[in-house]
Amino acid sequence: MFGLDSKDSKLLLIVAVLALAAPFILNPFPAGSELAQFNAGYPDLMQRFVIFGIFAIGFNILFGLTGYLSFGHAAFLGVGSYSAVWMFKLLSMNVIPAIILSVIVAGLFSLLIGYVSLRRSGIYFSILTLAFAQMSFNLAYSVLTPITNGETGLQLTLDDPRVLGQTATADGSIPVTNLFGLEMRSTYELVLGAWNFQFNAGYYLSAVIMLASFYMAIRIFRSPFGLMLRAVKTNQTRLNYTGMNSRPYTLAAFVVSGMYAGLAGGLMASMDPLAGAERMQWTASGEVVLMTILGGAGTLLGPVLGAGFIKYFENIFSKINDNVLHGWFAFLPDGMEDLLVTIVHPFVGKGWHLTLGLLFMMVVIFLPGGLIEGGQRLGKLLRRKSAKQDDEDANKSASTAAE
Amino acid sequence: MSKSNFTRRGVLKTGAVAGAGLALPTYLNAASHGFTNAPTGGTVTLGFNVPQTGPYADEGADELRAYELAVEHLNGGGDGGMLNTFSSKVLEGNGILGKKVEYVTGDTQTKSDAARASAKSMIEKDGAVMITGGSSSGVAIAVQGLCQEAGVIFMAGLTHSNDTTGKDKKANGFRHFFNGYMSGAALAPVLANLYGNDRKAYHLTADYTWGWTQQESIAASTEALGWETVNDVRTPLAATDFSSYIAPVLNSGADVLVLNHYGGNMVNSLTNAVQFGLREKQVNGKNFEIVVPLFSRLMARGAGENIKGILGSTNWHWSLQDEGSKAFVKSFGTKYGFPPSQAAHTCYVQTLLYADAVARAGSFNPCAVAEALEGYEFDGLGNGPTLYRAEDHQCFKDVLVVKGKENPTSEFDLLEVVEVTPRAQVEYAPDHPMFAGGSLGSCNPGA
Repeated sequence: MFGLDSKDSKLLLIVAVLALAAPFILNPFPAGSELAQFNAGYPDLMQRFVIFGIFAIGFNILFGLTGYLSFGHAAFLGVGSYSAVWMFKLLSMNVIPAIILSVIVAGLFSLLIGYVSLRRSGIYFSILTLAFAQMSFNLAYSVLTPITNGETGLQLTLDDPRVLGQTATADGSIPVTNLFGLEMRSTYELVLGAWNFQFNAGYYLSAVIMLASFYMAIRIFRSPFGLMLRAVKTNQTRLNYTGMNSRPYTLAAFVVSGMYAGLAGGLMASMDPLAGAERMQWTASGEVVLMTILGGAGTLLGPVLGAGFIKYFENIFSKINDNVLHGWFAFLPDGMEDLLVTIVHPFVGKGWHLTLGLLFMMVVIFLPGGLIEGGQRLGKLLRRKSAKQDDEDANKSASTAAE
Repeated sequence: MSKSNFTRRGVLKTGAVAGAGLALPTYLNAASHGFTNAPTGGTVTLGFNVPQTGPYADEGADELRAYELAVEHLNGGGDGGMLNTFSSKVLEGNGILGKKVEYVTGDTQTKSDAARASAKSMIEKDGAVMITGGSSSGVAIAVQGLCQEAGVIFMAGLTHSNDTTGKDKKANGFRHFFNGYMSGAALAPVLANLYGNDRKAYHLTADYTWGWTQQESIAASTEALGWETVNDVRTPLAATDFSSYIAPVLNSGADVLVLNHYGGNMVNSLTNAVQFGLREKQVNGKNFEIVVPLFSRLMARGAGENIKGILGSTNWHWSLQDEGSKAFVKSFGTKYGFPPSQAAHTCYVQTLLYADAVARAGSFNPCAVAEALEGYEFDGLGNGPTLYRAEDHQCFKDVLVVKGKENPTSEFDLLEVVEVTPRAQVEYAPDHPMFAGGSLGSCNPGA
């Protein structure tokens, strides 16, 4: 299918089904039940899942294939967001021009940074990208305030020109982002018994774009170009000795992954037209590194899983407060209840970083290949078990036959 | 002649299709209630979005305590606090419009992005009908914009920037807290009285909307009384060490340092300034002075000894002796063991004002609530007679000028009220140049 072999088509199909059915899959608990706290099937978080999925897929093209660890990818995401918001301010509220511009600007910006940073490799490359990203963050925060609106973040106002669209709607409010009239925020709610499923236009647009990016990533992974990138990762010195110039390849990978980041940034701004400088901070760059490693660097599906994992923790665990905890443990006697709440308290709410950190450590120590390796091990275990079962059955029938 | 064959399968098929077609509109019910998150059951959910991490975490924690107290009082628990002193008597302690008040909390991290994500999840996932909180104007403006788009009411927490109800004002957003202009108008005469009319001021300013507008306001109102502004240096919000910003002050010829910093920023910059010996210095034959235009008790506690004798302004202080303040301090103190901060006060009051507006309007519809709040005069909530102005959704009330106490009697008794500046002195026209450039737009009920 689409020039993929059967294994890759299957993977793409699985991702497609997961993405399109996400509103069902992520909302397993009935609304109003105690467990509804863990539902993740609301538009904002689903959008974040796929958008950060795109970001991580792009990052993986650079890090997973060439082994160049960039610590500055958030800069491209931020640049993408700013260009998209400017497009909304100046041109129109249609998301297409905004997304296109954000990809182009992020591509140019990554060309510039990549050209300089890729003169070095290893830790020096990482430090250079980190320095550039931090520089962009600080510029956005202070000197470039007329363009970025500093700490407050770039926002739409009622007196933006929007030459191709309308400055303000008839009832005097700011128009909303749309795709040829289809509002990104429009959501259909499907109430099935106790369940409440939300289908959001913005989410489906992001999901379709994520699938396209995923397909592109598969093609890159399987192409001769991808093979070349892997060669860079395996032994760049040897590659250079054979007379190959690896710079154009690494630069191309860097720019492609920068454009992915810009696409993610543009999409983020399309879902919520605001761009803040903190999107470019080094913690944001570190986050995508975490996502990729947590999911499994160099694998196709890993980064998407990692992105989902981290965003889930950030948005769901951070909202569990003491009040909710008391609700959970209310069936216990008072002393026990308070004790349990005290024990769990540091790990939820504002302590979600702690839980995530512990899980990250465990994954790195026990599953160096990330969540994907965990899945593979589990799969192998099951297969071995069933294989053993088959063997025993076969032996048994053989012995019966012999009698 | 037409021939009609009703087969069993055909009837079933047609029936199923027709049934699905008829049922579809009832399932796709995005717009069925007329406004976003109309409460349906016996409860109503409010969203408390406060900084739990970052430079304003102390304020956020206190805000959350106040919200919990307000919910308790609205639901009829505790001693009722300011419900007893509030001039409006429609709230009966049975929730809001008979619906029990529940709440969800989130962490803004004092970042616009994170705050919007958290507010969005409250609106989309938890069905919050009102969002409140925040301890930074950047965040307040970002979340206010979001609430306007989503069609829920935003009751701003601690936000002091002129822009919140100035160029970034929104029809769905309301602010009880005072602003930079009011601080300037209240503080400048006191400063001129104490320090004279020929001072040279050096500003250190937090580099975001609040810092900019406060600096502008203070500079304008002090310059009107004869002061000169020597320099204005912007410092990043995330900064923790201000020594490199303080050193140039010594050689600038300035004799007053104005710290447009809040929370952890102010604690650090004031400490640095005192360490550099600024307060013992004599410049131009006058004692060097430090001014912190926006003050809070939490900051005073963080700054310790350094705060003594330093002037600033505040929205509210727990030592006020009116009935409302006393009732609030009593119930907050009983529950948590220490007096509330100004952030706690404004958040508590905002929650009560929202509940009261819903009760008076008889509906949770944001447009009805906004109408009930616009131009509303009330009293008994700790600031004397107060007006929610319809033109910009800003509250107008007395402003307190305070000073760090020289001889505190307890760890909470850190500020003394120097002057209560009457409301008339801090009022301004809605189209004042510092607030011009925005428009409320029209109220958005969402859905």
